[in-house]
Amino acid sequence: MVRVMTQSARPLDSLFQALADPTRRAVVARLGRGEAPVKELAQPFDMALPSFLQHLGVLEGAGLIESRKEGRVRTCSLRPDALAAAERWFAEQRAMWEGRYDNLDALLVQMQETPDDT
Amino acid sequence: MTPDLRFDFMADMQTGILTMRREFAAPRPLVWDCHTKSDLLDQWFAPKPMSTKTKSFEFREGGHWHYAMVDPSGTEYWGLVEYLSITPIERYRTRDHFADAEGVVNADLPGATWDVTFEDRETRSLVQSVITYASARDLQTVIDMGMKEGLASTLEKLDELLETLPERT
Repeated sequence: MVRVMTQSARPLDSLFQALADPTRRAVVARLGRGEAPVKELAQPFDMALPSFLQHLGVLEGAGLIESRKEGRVRTCSLRPDALAAAERWFAEQRAMWEGRYDNLDALLVQMQETPDDT
Repeated sequence: MTPDLRFDFMADMQTGILTMRREFAAPRPLVWDCHTKSDLLDQWFAPKPMSTKTKSFEFREGGHWHYAMVDPSGTEYWGLVEYLSITPIERYRTRDHFADAEGVVNADLPGATWDVTFEDRETRSLVQSVITYASARDLQTVIDMGMKEGLASTLEKLDELLETLPERT
């Protein structure tokens, strides 16, 4: 789980557990240069294919990559806007709740100053 | 102004779970009331400059809160909260829905389940919300919708701006 604190001045970044893993980061970096077949993607890693496919599954589940099958070849590509869209949505949600909770702080102050309010 | 009120916002894209934690400088019963009484919710729920409008409210298990957030131009954003379980001053669980002014739920957009808990923290109170979508895919659907809406509203603002500009030939 990725934690994002308001104390941090940076916007929401590195949101995804998917990117916490070096193999998956390398796959995303590779796909950043263009789409590639699974076989080619797996080649640099000293890992059984089922394990590698699991990593691809995580990336696909996170909406970071997509894949299509042509004949016997499965090709993966990056969904470049998925990360940006998700980051923006989380940032918007956080900003909305910050706004709400700031209002609530003010309301609680007001209620405690006038304990006999209705 | 109260300093150092911690706000944690965590997102787990794999599981579609968001967790928020926030402290409030007030005793727990007061913070609970602010979350569970519509006249109080109306005073804080919509972030500025929007305001909150409650159409109907029934805080009981199986009850609903049907509300809108209204922006300064009068546009209403309707939501429907369904109360699933309530343990006073400790926790409540809800399911939220996208809805319209009549309270008709938008079945195309996935809602989330909210588990909201209230704890004492010395002189303060801690509110934790665990927001669960049925799947990462559901969460993605909501994010995709948010992106389209964001784009639509940007285009609308651009239209408004263009209308205010003097015509040129």
